[in-house]
Amino acid sequence: MATFQCDIVSAEKEIFSGNVEQLIAAGVAGDLGILRGHAPLLTELKPGPVRVIQESGEEELYYVTGGFLEVQPDVVSVLADTATRASDLDEAEAEQARQHALASLNEKQTELDYARASAELAEATAQLRTLQQLRRKGGRG
Amino acid sequence: MAAGKEIKSQIGSIKNTQKITSAMEMVAASKMRRAQERMVASQPYAKLIRRVVGHVAKANPEYRHDYMIERDVKRVGYIVVSSDRGLAGGLNVNMFKAVVKHARDWDQKGVGADFAAIGSKAGGFFRKRGGNLLAAKKGLGDAPEAQDLVGSVKVMLDAFDEGSLDRLYVVYNEFVNTMSQKPVVRQLLPLEAVEDESGGDEQPSPGDTQKSWDYLYEPDAKTLLDHLLVRYVESQVYQAVVENAACEQAARMIAMKNATDNAGDLIDDLQLVYNKARQAAITQEISEIVGGAAAV
Repeated sequence: MATFQCDIVSAEKEIFSGNVEQLIAAGVAGDLGILRGHAPLLTELKPGPVRVIQESGEEELYYVTGGFLEVQPDVVSVLADTATRASDLDEAEAEQARQHALASLNEKQTELDYARASAELAEATAQLRTLQQLRRKGGRG
Repeated sequence: MAAGKEIKSQIGSIKNTQKITSAMEMVAASKMRRAQERMVASQPYAKLIRRVVGHVAKANPEYRHDYMIERDVKRVGYIVVSSDRGLAGGLNVNMFKAVVKHARDWDQKGVGADFAAIGSKAGGFFRKRGGNLLAAKKGLGDAPEAQDLVGSVKVMLDAFDEGSLDRLYVVYNEFVNTMSQKPVVRQLLPLEAVEDESGGDEQPSPGDTQKSWDYLYEPDAKTLLDHLLVRYVESQVYQAVVENAACEQAARMIAMKNATDNAGDLIDDLQLVYNKARQAAITQEISEIVGGAAAV
């Protein structure tokens, strides 16, 4: 299958760079799967998993907290705010963060708190989603 | 032996100074290593977002963002990145010279300039020289954080949005290597459509084959470009700050090394003068005694 160059960076460091067959990311308007020859595209990313399938068929799973995705005919750039390898995520911590966010959402304080809490909730949920994907992959492999 | 004592105390005070400068040199050397690591770590993001924005500038979008439109220049803005502390050789001074020269070139065309000062040295400089300061930020410390800069950058971007600035530059020291830092003035806004640094690498630009192409935007062009371009400016300024921090430590290390070496030279010279004076005194005493004995 045709491959394309893919670069994933976060504000702190370079996360991934190499040839991939497919990249799957969570855009604001829904999940995207990018193959070679995709039309030029610019999108913002939601907190969520970014999955790349490499030439060798190996998969890498990352978690990003948001950012941008740019697709050019043969190069794809992911500009993540922060990114971590999915295997570095801590499920217990994510679950705890989710519960905490839910609790503060229910308290319904000022609008600012509400916005922050819902952002936190989205992040925690996205982390859990990433972990689920990771586990499913592990189950399959 | 009065002169001898004076020289002795002078040597003592120079030795103390030397101890301080050599300590500062070592501190700067270890800080430089960390600053350099930070600089290298944030480079990929800055580079990649520059590439993306370079593509965007070449595209033919349905929505032309203000930042992409070249307009008549009536006023320019500079974000000047300096260090917070001195004793870094000519680092800040060279950069201020570059800014002043650049601003004067504009001035001759009747274009005024506004400044945003990052780092207390730049703040002090423009307050003394009387430049028009829109924003000042100091106390970033050794590990600057991107969110600390958002405020100052926003002031300049707002001025650009309102149309009170037509061009925005960032000025900082580029880290060439430990021994040399080069002040650079880089244009941030409006985006330069034909950037020499955008490509250089692999991709054949789509503009060659078909004249007009555009991205698919999600959610929509306006929201996306607003966010992306603000992020772009922030990341470039952040990169400038981190790079300048590495320059600062390198420059300080070299400056302090020179100071330590100079102190050593001074001590050697003074020691020679002291020894001569001592020897002269002894010789004189002996000749006096001999003279006295002969007289008896």
